[in-house]
Amino acid sequence: MPRISIVAKDGAHFDIDATVGSSVMENAVRNSVPGIVDECGGACACATCHVYVDDAWIDRVGQPRSAEQDMLEFGYDVKPNSRLSCQIKVTEEQSQQSLRRSRPTTHRRPPSMSSPRAASLRGRA
Amino acid sequence: MEQIGDKDPVIIIGAGQAGFSVSTKLRDLGHSGPITLIGDEPQPPYQRPPLSKAYLLGEMSEERLYFRPRSFYEERSIDLRLGTAAEHIDRAKREVRLPDGTSLPYARLVLATGARPRQLPAAIGSALSGIYYVRNLADIDAMKSEFDAGRHVLVIGGGYIGLEAAAVASKLGLRVTLIEAAPRILQRVASAETAEYFRRLHREHDVDLREGVGLELLGGGDRVRRARLTDGSEMPVDFVIAGIGVHPNVELAESAGLSIDNGISVDACCRTSDPDILAVGDCASFPWNDARIRLECVGHAIDQAEAAARSIMGEMQGYRARPWFWSDQFDVKLQIAGLSLGYDAVVARVASDVVKSFWYFRGLDLLAVDAMNDPRVYMVAKRLIEAGKSPSREAVGDPGTDLKSLL
Repeated sequence: MPRISIVAKDGAHFDIDATVGSSVMENAVRNSVPGIVDECGGACACATCHVYVDDAWIDRVGQPRSAEQDMLEFGYDVKPNSRLSCQIKVTEEQSQQSLRRSRPTTHRRPPSMSSPRAASLRGRA
Repeated sequence: MEQIGDKDPVIIIGAGQAGFSVSTKLRDLGHSGPITLIGDEPQPPYQRPPLSKAYLLGEMSEERLYFRPRSFYEERSIDLRLGTAAEHIDRAKREVRLPDGTSLPYARLVLATGARPRQLPAAIGSALSGIYYVRNLADIDAMKSEFDAGRHVLVIGGGYIGLEAAAVASKLGLRVTLIEAAPRILQRVASAETAEYFRRLHREHDVDLREGVGLELLGGGDRVRRARLTDGSEMPVDFVIAGIGVHPNVELAESAGLSIDNGISVDACCRTSDPDILAVGDCASFPWNDARIRLECVGHAIDQAEAAARSIMGEMQGYRARPWFWSDQFDVKLQIAGLSLGYDAVVARVASDVVKSFWYFRGLDLLAVDAMNDPRVYMVAKRLIEAGKSPSREAVGDPGTDLKSLL
């Protein structure tokens, strides 16, 4: 089972089991990771699931489609490694990679995502 | 409202988006006393928007609709009472009576009873089977088996529910007739320009869309088989979906003597006319500028619920509505920012035949934007409206204007 590592905006770490075929957002929300919110049910319509993807993983999670890019263009606190986590699917390929990374002999970090200041994303300073 | 004591019980009646959000926010804010979340449906709290979209299309399982797994409620000591319809509120004793005769005490009570679909009148043939409404998981589960390619569905109502149902049915290969009694679809909620966009979209997909046409009669044995419309036509139908609006569920509040005005009446801090009772979401009306409105959308349910939780914890900042909404129909994503109530002008920004937005102004003030397949416009508009900024109408209407310059 793939695992996703998430650093929340207050610095708390979450290492969660993820289901292949679901989105990163769904797994984060199911595990109540603070700051990742699902207002539109994964419809790429609200940007409340905005995360920063760890540099080691930004290419592996794939490229955003244009609708997501458009949402991010004028989002709050957007960075080059910003993604809407409802659009990142957890795949078998990632699961193998994350399994490799979770073995004690490896020195590489598991995939990590950190959630930006979601408060400002939703318009509250 | 005084901050609740840390052992004091809170009862929430209604386990939809708003009720769920109150319960989690109370725990997030540090309330450690008992929280009881009472819902009349058998499922744990779930999100409704996918019901008329991905869930109806068969692209999403029931479990993915739940906000949280059941274990979440145990872990957070939220006493989840499903399949339970609260019967009576005793304001003097501060108790809620349940159908089994037991009573639960509250220090604060939150009413999040939502809304129920308006039903077709009995005289029109509404008792026939094969007629469906769109509100609950049970409604969609009941109608799913009707969606076979080639069958003919009559959709009654040209608001978002009707249009989304028509789009899904069309996508699944059904023949669709959609009727709207008002002069145009989206009469209540959007401009003529936006209505025209969606009228064309549906007709391009062969939806037989008739405006200014109502239902006269449904006929059949025990199952609906035919419909007669007010334009004089009669047609065989295989089933009917009605999306003709909702009634806020105010009955429990009304019996308890609370003030009702287009929903359970609350102030900016979500308080009803009783000092210990709050109301949130689809069931509640609240002050907006000089009016009193009810907002039927997810973002409002969440934000107002969180404001109510803060009120209970003694933090009285109040609720400031930031209305936003979306609808998916065919390949079009409609995103709406703001509330267009009171507009006197609409400015069109046309990037292409499918990428358009309509900006609602009152004088020079930007009130709202309907963006079709234009997420960039939606995100810019949301920021402008939340900041209280109004761009010039000329800049908005000129597709050559860089959106960035509007911010």
